[in-house]
Amino acid sequence: MGPQFEIPSTSTTKFNLGVQTDFLRSQVKNLSFSYNPKEKIILKNVSLPIFDKKVTALIGPSGCGKTTLLRCFNRMHDLYNEVSYDGEILLYPESKNILSRDVDPMEVRMRIGMVFQKPNPFPKTIYENVAYGLRVRGIKKKSYMDEKIEVSLQQAGLWTEVKDRLNAQATSLSGGQQQRLCIARALVTDPEILLLDEPTSALDPISTSHIEELIVELKKDVTILIVTHNLHQAARCSDYTAFMYLGDLIEYGPSNLIFTNPSDKRTENYITGRFG
Amino acid sequence: MFQAQASRLTKESMGEVDIARNLKWRRMKNFMFSVVGLLTLLFAICTLLALFIDLALTGVPRISAEFFTSFPSRFPEKAGILSAWVGSLAVMVVTAFVAIPIGVAAGIYLEEYAPKNFFTKIIELNIINLAGVPSITFGLMALGLFVYKLKFGQSILTAGMTLGLLVLPIVIVTTREAIRTIPNSIREASYGLGASHWQTIQHHVLPYSSGGILTGVIISLSRAIGETAPLITIGALTFIAFLPTAPVSEVFPYVSFQWLSDAFTVMPIQMFNWVSRPQKEFHVNAAATGTVLLIMTLLMNGVAIFIRYRFRRRMKW
Repeated sequence: MGPQFEIPSTSTTKFNLGVQTDFLRSQVKNLSFSYNPKEKIILKNVSLPIFDKKVTALIGPSGCGKTTLLRCFNRMHDLYNEVSYDGEILLYPESKNILSRDVDPMEVRMRIGMVFQKPNPFPKTIYENVAYGLRVRGIKKKSYMDEKIEVSLQQAGLWTEVKDRLNAQATSLSGGQQQRLCIARALVTDPEILLLDEPTSALDPISTSHIEELIVELKKDVTILIVTHNLHQAARCSDYTAFMYLGDLIEYGPSNLIFTNPSDKRTENYITGRFG
Repeated sequence: MFQAQASRLTKESMGEVDIARNLKWRRMKNFMFSVVGLLTLLFAICTLLALFIDLALTGVPRISAEFFTSFPSRFPEKAGILSAWVGSLAVMVVTAFVAIPIGVAAGIYLEEYAPKNFFTKIIELNIINLAGVPSITFGLMALGLFVYKLKFGQSILTAGMTLGLLVLPIVIVTTREAIRTIPNSIREASYGLGASHWQTIQHHVLPYSSGGILTGVIISLSRAIGETAPLITIGALTFIAFLPTAPVSEVFPYVSFQWLSDAFTVMPIQMFNWVSRPQKEFHVNAAATGTVLLIMTLLMNGVAIFIRYRFRRRMKW
């Protein structure tokens, strides 16, 4: 387990936490980020705790940097530019800064799984999709893989629907099923944190509620960080919520406090629908 | 806000414009363009069709089993294209072995690994230019490099390598296009699971783009099979009454690469040879060879289209 959380002293962030008994899984410390030194800064000195086996939601209007922050967690930005991160994201228990140049992005991605906005299954069979994370790690033992794939499909609430057609093409599934398949694919390697980037924005209401139930179920086993545009979703399934605006982290706290008694005017305006 | 209210489009405000005439004229122009377009298309297709029908009418009666199993001969009715089609096949095998690995690897490198800078821009531009270089230039290069410098002789190896280099740009360009059709979301999914760059290429990029790559390879081979000029330049013989050494034999070591250094002829050269003879009968032979060559090219292109169609249907993102 990580250390107990201490409130960082940043001027822009006010915390209203009450009694603290949760343990840290990860912690963002003074993170500033821009894609290009010449371009505008996307994240400004963001600090944020991520508690173990809790759901932390990132909310805010479009372009506020919440997806950018999420993608920092598994170094997705490294794929496209020579980016430089200013600040730290510490991963506990060993307090490793995953943004450090010495840390291989592949290692980070093996510990932190991600589910994307649009379901993106590989054009392979259902079995092969879930198996891929294991194959990447060089695991070949069939019995172990079968067992692991069944468990993660069950965790993702998809097992009963696909157990008879594991060799069917993954693209033949419906959108909601595909997204749950992507969750199973990310879960199969026991990630320490699961990143969800607006996982329901491309889905119909029924599939959405399916995934929301799943998130509540999953937090027993895994720490979840979710970006969402749907405030009801954030209120329903998250334990902590962070509100971001124009690259700043405006407010962070337990979700029930943020949604009922926000301390910042901008947060209040956003969650009451006055802008965003 | 607005100082001046624009007047509505009424008969008075529009003045001279006659709506009915304007509409009629625009409709007319639209119709005229579709007619002109159809005519140019028909012209192109009819020319090609006339050429093919003329060739086939002369050639088809001459095509028989013996035509494929006989060597060329002084007597036109006995002559066949055995050495020519075997030569074409052997040269194509070498061409494929040269063009596919180099072309696909270069395409992958340029698309996946090459940094986007001035130097790679120059390389990309040159590859496109290389595709437009006259084929006889490749023949001259091959004569100097493969025949004289490397002493490969006027052999199947030289011919295959020459044609391989000739079609290399096509393979590179189609490989890159095929790779580019793979959406970024698939790559991100792979990286997100901890895959390395090479694992992503090996498990996703290559398998999903293999249909497009294969299409490009077949099209490039169908271009190579009809090439004549570079092979004449390196000195392909026009009269060959023997086959290259068999690649497999019954005695140890069972496999032989002697055929690579054998002399050869190919179908277009055989055809060229027969056309340049004065006797009418040889012209019939040439037409028959041309028909065979054309049908082979059409078949190869057909297979390429079929593969592309199958893959497009299978690959849903």
